[in-house]
Amino acid sequence: MVIINGRETTTPQNSMSEYLSEQGYFFSRIAVEKNGEIVKKSQYDTVYFQDGDIVEIVSFVGGG
Amino acid sequence: MTVSKEQMLDSLSLRCGKETAHKLVSARIAVCGLGGLGSNIATALCRAGVGNLHIIDFDKVDISNINRQQYSISQIGMYKTDAMAMNLYEISPFCHVRADTVRLDEINIPKFLSDDDIIIEALDDASAKALLVNTILEKFPFKKLIAASGMAGLGSANDIITRRVTSSLYICGDAKNEVSPSSPLYASRVMLCAAHQAHMALRIICGETQP
Repeated sequence: MVIINGRETTTPQNSMSEYLSEQGYFFSRIAVEKNGEIVKKSQYDTVYFQDGDIVEIVSFVGGG
Repeated sequence: MTVSKEQMLDSLSLRCGKETAHKLVSARIAVCGLGGLGSNIATALCRAGVGNLHIIDFDKVDISNINRQQYSISQIGMYKTDAMAMNLYEISPFCHVRADTVRLDEINIPKFLSDDDIIIEALDDASAKALLVNTILEKFPFKKLIAASGMAGLGSANDIITRRVTSSLYICGDAKNEVSPSSPLYASRVMLCAAHQAHMALRIICGETQP
């Protein structure tokens, strides 16, 4: 199991990049932190989830 | 009327105590973007007694900004950095203001923001917000970063909150209401979000890390 945005969920077996696409995130509008550290955009393709990971996906909307 | 630096400091110390006054005066905060969020954030922090404000924006004041941003009609056409520096000087002539008229990008962010302890993201474009947040978290993981997402429309004021995402990252807003022709920005709701951001910065300065 992993925790993504505060919700416990089955550990996704695909890469971060595949998971984010599947969930409908726009890559240009998000920041992803895994276990307290930023996941660089260049690493999305090569980063995988591991049991116990705590992931925060922050999605930005326009306006300011 | 003119006031001396000592008078301003005495007034601040009288209001919040010498210890807090010292923390405020020595704080270094960057406000990235001087629109509806940033112009209100910079104004609040200056009034609160923050001693070092670094204001950054590439744009000029436009008539379409007056509905929610802290500028006056006479400032239309000026760079927002120049107009805001002028406004901040009127509020507190002893606040040290560094103004950079520049569009932040992946390359120049580390250069421009290296000296600030707390960085406030107050941009309007979603991709620009994400770029700033990604770059700061990567290059300066120990700086405190206060970002904003979701403050458009006439939704409830009570939906605007401050959330601590990780030890360094805070996000203010309702997280969903994007600006659009059917959901414009209103001064009151943008100011709510700006106030959340400014207030979180003050809390961090004074040693409170929770929202």
